[in-house]
This record gives sequence, C-alpha cells and structure tokens, in this order.
Amino acid sequence: MKPDPNAPRDHSLARLAAAMAPVLLLLILLPTFVETYQIQLVTYGLIAAIAALGFNLLLGYTGLLSFGHSAYFGLGAYTVAFVVQRLGPHSMEFYILIGIPVVAIASALFGYVCVRHTRIFFGILTLAISQVVYSLALKLYWVTGGSDGLRVPRPALLLGLLNFSGPRGFQQFITSYYYYVLAIFVVCVVLMWVVVHSPFGKALQAIRDNEVRARFLGLRIRRFRWISFLVSGTLTGLAGILWVPLNGLTTPDVLYWTFSGEIVFSALLGGFRNFTGPIVGGIVFTYLKTYAVATTEYWQLLLGVVLVTLVLVLPTGIVGGLSTLGLRLRKGRS
Amino acid sequence: MAFLTIQILNSLLYASVLFLIAAGLSLIFGVMRIINLAHGSLYAVGAYVTAWLVGRGIALGLPPGWLFLLLPLGALSVALIGIVIEPLLLRPFYRRAEEYQLLVTFGLIQILEDSIRFIWGGTPLSADALMDALPIIHIGGLLYPAYNLVVIGIGVVAALALWVAIYHTKFGVMLRATSQDRRMASALGLNVGLVYVMAFGIGCFMAGLGGAIVVPTQAAVLGMGIDALVIAFVVVVIGGLGSLKGALVGALVVSFVRTAGIQFFPELELAVLYLIAALVLLVRPTGLFGTA
Repeated sequence: MKPDPNAPRDHSLARLAAAMAPVLLLLILLPTFVETYQIQLVTYGLIAAIAALGFNLLLGYTGLLSFGHSAYFGLGAYTVAFVVQRLGPHSMEFYILIGIPVVAIASALFGYVCVRHTRIFFGILTLAISQVVYSLALKLYWVTGGSDGLRVPRPALLLGLLNFSGPRGFQQFITSYYYYVLAIFVVCVVLMWVVVHSPFGKALQAIRDNEVRARFLGLRIRRFRWISFLVSGTLTGLAGILWVPLNGLTTPDVLYWTFSGEIVFSALLGGFRNFTGPIVGGIVFTYLKTYAVATTEYWQLLLGVVLVTLVLVLPTGIVGGLSTLGLRLRKGRS
Repeated sequence: MAFLTIQILNSLLYASVLFLIAAGLSLIFGVMRIINLAHGSLYAVGAYVTAWLVGRGIALGLPPGWLFLLLPLGALSVALIGIVIEPLLLRPFYRRAEEYQLLVTFGLIQILEDSIRFIWGGTPLSADALMDALPIIHIGGLLYPAYNLVVIGIGVVAALALWVAIYHTKFGVMLRATSQDRRMASALGLNVGLVYVMAFGIGCFMAGLGGAIVVPTQAAVLGMGIDALVIAFVVVVIGGLGSLKGALVGALVVSFVRTAGIQFFPELELAVLYLIAALVLLVRPTGLFGTA
C-alpha cells in the first residue's frame, strides 16, 4: 500500500470547512425545494454515511475489515427501543445520552476480543459476534419482541422544545429531524477528520501499512487497534440510535449479517481509501438500495453483482475513481 | 444407556457434516491461502440441489434405492460451480490485498444466497424420502433412523479418502508442494493454476457433499449457509486453519458441545460454541493443530 501521491498536504480544519461549505449550504437549503419523501431519504443517507464513516476508521485507516458492524448499529437501535419501553421519556437527547455509553461499552468489550486477531480471523470473529447478538435478539423474544421487533414512537427534539404530536406532526418531524441529523453528521465528520489527522490517526495508518515497522517504532499496536475499534463501533452505534426514531421500528434485520454487508458495501462504493468515500458511499447506497428494492425482490443479488464488479473494476470506489479522473484531466491540460 | 448412545450417534452425525464443510474450507485455505467466505453458501447450494434432484427423482418414479445416487450428483454440481468460480472470480485477487479477496467472496455470498431464493423460493426444501427409504432400527428400546448411520459412514469414508489423497498420492504431493511454496512448485514445472482449480473444486465438492447428506435429515432452508460458515469457522479456529487433523478434532469438539448444549442450555448453545472458539483463540491463536 503506497502512500497516495496526490494526498492533500494541508490537513487543517479550514480545508475541510472550505470543501464542505458549498455541500453543507446545499443540504441546508434542500428542504425548501424537495418533498418530504426526498428529505426522509436524504436523512437515511446521512445516517448510513455516519455508519460507513465509523466503519471506515477500521477498514480504511486501521486495515481491519469488520463483517459485524451491524451488531453496533443494531445495539444502538435496540438500546433506544429499550429506553422507550422501560424508562419512558420521549427525548432524543436522552436516547443519545444513554445509547452512546451502551454501544461504546459493547464495542470496547467485543473489540477487545476481536483486535487480538487481524485479517480473516478478525473478519470472521466480528461476523460471529454479530450473529450471536442477532440470534439472541431473535430468541429472547420476551425482551426484544423476536422477529416483530420493537416500536419506537417519534421522540421530542432539543429537550422537549420540539414536539410532533399534531396532525401535521409527521412532516414537521421529518424536516426537523433532518436538520437534527445533519447537525450531528457535521459534528461526526469534523470529529473523524480530527481523529484521522491526529497523531493517533497517523499511528493507525502506520500500523495498517507496516505492522512490524510500527512495532519497532514503539507503538502499542493492539491498544491502538482497540481504541480504533471502540471509536468505529461507537460511531456506527450512533448511526443506529439516529436511525430508529426515523424508521419507527427496530427488528433483528439490522443485526443480521446482510446489514453488515450493506455497511461494507457503502464504504467500498464510495471508496475506502478516501476520507469522503464512505460519506458519498452511504448516501449513494441509500438511493441505490431504495431503487433496487423497488425494482426487484432480489436486490441482494443485484448488490452482490455490483460489489464483485466494483472490486474487480473500480477498487478505489466512486471518490477514488473521480479523483483519478480529475488528476488525469488536470495533467492533460497542463 | 440407550439415550446416551443416541446422543453420541447424533453428535457423530453432526460431526460428519461439519467435518466435510470445515475440511473443504481448510483445504482451500491451506493450498491457496484464501478464505472462501462463500463456503457455507456452497454447502447450502449442495443441500438445495440434492433436495431438488430427489424431488424430481420421486416425480419421475425412481425407486428409492436409486435416489441415493443423487447424493454425489448434488455434490458434483457444487464442485462444478467451484471450478467456474476459481478462475473467473478468485484468480485476479491472489496478488492483491487480502481485503479484496474477502470482499469478493462476501459479494459471492450475497449472489449465492439470493440465487437460492430466486431459484427455489423461500419455502424449505426437504428430501426425507431418502430417510424413509432406509429402515428404522432399535437401539435399546429407542428408535433410530438407519440413514443417520449412513451419514456417519460417509463422514468416516470422506475423512479417510481425503487423508489418503493428500498424504499417499502423487496429486497429494503436488498439492502439498504448492501449499508450501507456490513459486518453487511452479518453477519445478507444476501447473499451479490447475492445482488451484483442483483444490478449490475438491473443497467445494466436500461442502456440497456435506449439504447433500444433511438434507434428508433436515430440510434446506434460507440462511443455512451463513450458519454453516460461522460454525465451520469455529471448527477451524479450534482445530487450526489448514490442518486436516484440526478439522476432524474441531468438528468432533463442536458437535459434542452442541449436542450437550441443545440438551442442557438450548438458548445459549451457540454462545457456548463461540466462547470455546474465543478461548482457543486467546490461548492458542493458531488452533490446536494449526500452522498458519
């Protein structure tokens, strides 16, 4: 894995802000000129982008391929559902406040076991753990509702400032929730940018590129991988927490291996070697899946074919492909 | 006592199927150094094809004895799929980073699992005519289907055949040479590409055979491939990847624990298996007999 020669040299936050500003402006203005359904879809896309962003800290920056990130997403979703059932308050901030520590602890525990291995062992270990969580969610039906899942009503936002119980509650909720998710999304992107460009992030990349050399430099490899796993799982869990009020229901489907596949797919689609890859991938994937599900019952098959083709033909994903194209055009001009 | 005997026989039955799956996975890894994530799905394809063939056979009025010839046919069809997959999808990835191999076989899972749903639909497919074709025997006052004994027999024969093939034939020497040093083997004039196709085909044949012999005892259902993959991985983790002996011992350990688990703590039987696998990984990362 050679270092990318056209990687940006200036890693300051200002650069990120400059790049994000036009996109952000567009996203902020979006609800004024599209219908509710489209806003809902974009919200799903942003949530998928958060999940893929978290996943990619492991794949793209640490070199560990997890096939079990559905576990953290699903744990986030189920934690919210449990809070609704057992504790009662319909406040999004409360859900996040309870949910994040739960997924962080779960990621820390599972990660502690998983990072003892790399490569395929890591992959299958993560898959195995997610399958255990899935089978528990399915079998302990008196707690989890089995395959029926658990319902989550629309929560109040901003400490109860925004309530959505009126007749037009749905539209209002979708629009408000869109901005809510967008704000958290921006925070996550900035946070991740800071993480991957910090000394910690550089250490992860050093470990990814050459484990032996990194060890000779005195890096505590396993601990770095563990923390990376923790951050990654927590971010994907946060995506699950944000997802469940929008979906209104959580079922074991979000814990199943196919859902992990969707996260892997998103990151790969956008390009896991780029910072923005998983973000683009998450949003594009949401549209792709919505389209595929509407067209055919066998959308999983379609995704599989696209995935294999992608790995064969365009392993750097959309963003990687575009930046190569851009580079070629620039070279041609000069 | 009879109850215990039956539980032991059940464990051996399960171990036979597990061994076939895990040994195939291990063989492919040992020779080609890749993990085929779609291995469980190939096992599921074997089960579905066999169940479908048996259904067609009954519809055509084949006598029950002849139906048994359909078992190897189901396994062969999976081997055929493997022979197509290896050069087409896997060969471009041997020189690339491992992530890509995993991703491409993961894509293959999605394709195979949905193809099964596309071809055979969501209803379970059963081939219990084979089970009914054999008598039910008495073990100390309890009834036991003789077909289960046939499965155990096939497992034993498969293990012996594989051992002879790898350690006592010329092909086995070629296989082991390629496994130890691919470039040296190639320099000595071995057709490495052919060895790879053969190894992958044999591995797939074993997965298919596992599916074929299991389907008369339990119907083929959607999702059986993923369950099998995860359990087979527990087996190879315990036994050690790339080791035939490891696959055998791992399959025995897992099946006995699972049978006991179903008896005593049905909700947690899977969790206990993963716990054992996690313990082995922590204590002996390469498994009991592994070298990888």
